[in-house]
Amino acid sequence: MITWSSLFASSWPKIVQIFTVLIIFFGFYSVAFAAGAKLKGKKQNKLALALFLVPALILVMTGLGIPAIQTFMESFKNADSSKWVGFANYSNAIKDADIRLAFANTIAWVVICPAIVTTLGISLATMLNKMKREAVAKSLIFMPMAISFVGGSLIWNLMYSFQEQKDPQTGLIGQFFVWLHIDVKHLLLWSPWNNLFLMVIYIWGFTGFAMVILSAAIKGIPSEIEEAAQLDGATGIKLFRTITVPMVRTTIIVVLTTAMVGTLKLFDVIHTTTGGNFKTDVLSNRMFDENFVYLNYGRGSALAVLIFLGVIPITYYNIRSLRLERKH
Amino acid sequence: MATKAPGANRPFTSPIASLVVTVIAVLWTVPTFGLVVTSFRTKEAIVSSGWWNAFAHPSFTFDNFRAVLFQSGGTVGEQGMIPFAVNSLAITIPAVLLSVGFGLMAAYALAWIPFRFSDHVFYGLFALQGVPLQLSLLPLLTFFASGVKLFGHTVFPQLHIVGTLASVWLPHTMFGLPLVIYLLHNFVSALPRELLEAARIDGANHFEVFRRIILPLSLPAVASIAIFQFLWIWNDLLVALVFAGGTDDVAPLTLHLANLGGSLGSHWENVAPAALVSIIIPLIVFFSLQRFFVRGLLAGSVKA
Repeated sequence: MITWSSLFASSWPKIVQIFTVLIIFFGFYSVAFAAGAKLKGKKQNKLALALFLVPALILVMTGLGIPAIQTFMESFKNADSSKWVGFANYSNAIKDADIRLAFANTIAWVVICPAIVTTLGISLATMLNKMKREAVAKSLIFMPMAISFVGGSLIWNLMYSFQEQKDPQTGLIGQFFVWLHIDVKHLLLWSPWNNLFLMVIYIWGFTGFAMVILSAAIKGIPSEIEEAAQLDGATGIKLFRTITVPMVRTTIIVVLTTAMVGTLKLFDVIHTTTGGNFKTDVLSNRMFDENFVYLNYGRGSALAVLIFLGVIPITYYNIRSLRLERKH
Repeated sequence: MATKAPGANRPFTSPIASLVVTVIAVLWTVPTFGLVVTSFRTKEAIVSSGWWNAFAHPSFTFDNFRAVLFQSGGTVGEQGMIPFAVNSLAITIPAVLLSVGFGLMAAYALAWIPFRFSDHVFYGLFALQGVPLQLSLLPLLTFFASGVKLFGHTVFPQLHIVGTLASVWLPHTMFGLPLVIYLLHNFVSALPRELLEAARIDGANHFEVFRRIILPLSLPAVASIAIFQFLWIWNDLLVALVFAGGTDDVAPLTLHLANLGGSLGSHWENVAPAALVSIIIPLIVFFSLQRFFVRGLLAGSVKA
């Protein structure tokens, strides 16, 4: 049995550490603000930039900017980055059957999940709009957002857990198979359909986000527009198609792109459930394995760059619409 | 609102829509509910029947929780789960405060301190938002271990933080900043210009404007983004695996849970309560501050 005092003894230094960080941060900036308040003119402009912006820029550059450049260069080097090998990592990656499968799976994820999440999100948002107990239903569907994908994966592992047909089932889905007199399958081993069952975990976790964002957009549609359409005889599905969807188009795209980037980087679900086995591997998980399991840094970096290339069109599109927005 | 015709803005409202929504809400809740029920059942009950049978012959117990929280050795680890929860807090609190603190100051600088390249910096930060973490994990890890060399020059000296909590919350702070800056910039730049100019005329400089006007006015936005960051960092697995993977000493709950799930996938009497313990804090944060959280998500993605 663990005692409270032993727990306290091991936690104490960590708690001290939290407070040290906070005291340093707030202490430094209180002094800086007190000193800065007395300055005037051009000098305070420069000091303000140095204290407000430069720390954030240094953190971002060391954390993301410089490492991204390094990874880009690593991707043209061999496994232990001792020698330049040109595009060998990329061409070998494309020749490798396992990596090709990871590619195919990633594409399936990026196409299927965002489409389902967004469709479900806008349908739910529309149906829920002004429904009785809207808030309760929304909270329940949104709740998985607060649960980690590790937790979510374990929750769904329990749903999918497999027992022989004759044995008592412990997974609810297996039980449904038994009730319907269908042969019970080990769903996470049943390739290629296991990919779909893993996607369910992501869709379960992310639909609430799509629903809440789209719901806010729908509530922002001016009521005159809908009333006018209704006077013209538009109701139900027609109203949804001709008014709701076009009016929240921008938000639909935001949700779609967020979900796409999310699935492209998706790692937790695969790592926690199948570990990429049983033909469920995706690029981000494979990249992790190359770097930290097989210690092939060159190829791991090449895969990371490929993931980045997948994100670029989406980022480019977002920056373009951001610039248009800023011009208004 | 009151002027709306009955039925306006509710194209799908019908018994069918209510039924569909109810079914989905139930489907979305059942898996979590199953985990909750399982974590209160005895080991024998868990392996011999599904959790939905628990209500026919109710016999619930707290022993599983006692085991994962306070027992040492065996399947639950040397010190139970509490040290991992402390690690999660010790990683999440500094990372959230620093990313939001630095983020708010940077957002103000980009929105209200005119300087050359201001727009370029802003777009550059926005573009970095899209950089997958995967791209920076390994170089950053090397940097913590042996400094940064770019084209043969030492750009940064080595930091002696490998295997400490700082090597986990520092990457989280760095990775979170672009999004935090972007979201807070949306908010800060939308504040009325007259308000800030009036303060300037009264002789307030940037430091005073920030402290007296920006800080109090942006507290709601800051709160919501802090909650968002909190959930994001608390629930992360990838950064934890890379930067805290080597030692249980600094591993957060998600990492411990992923290891438990992998090594004892079928020991549900341990995995289920452990999973429940790990999701209880984010769920409390989420349900008590839901209002703020949703508003924060909206700040960046929906222009009213």
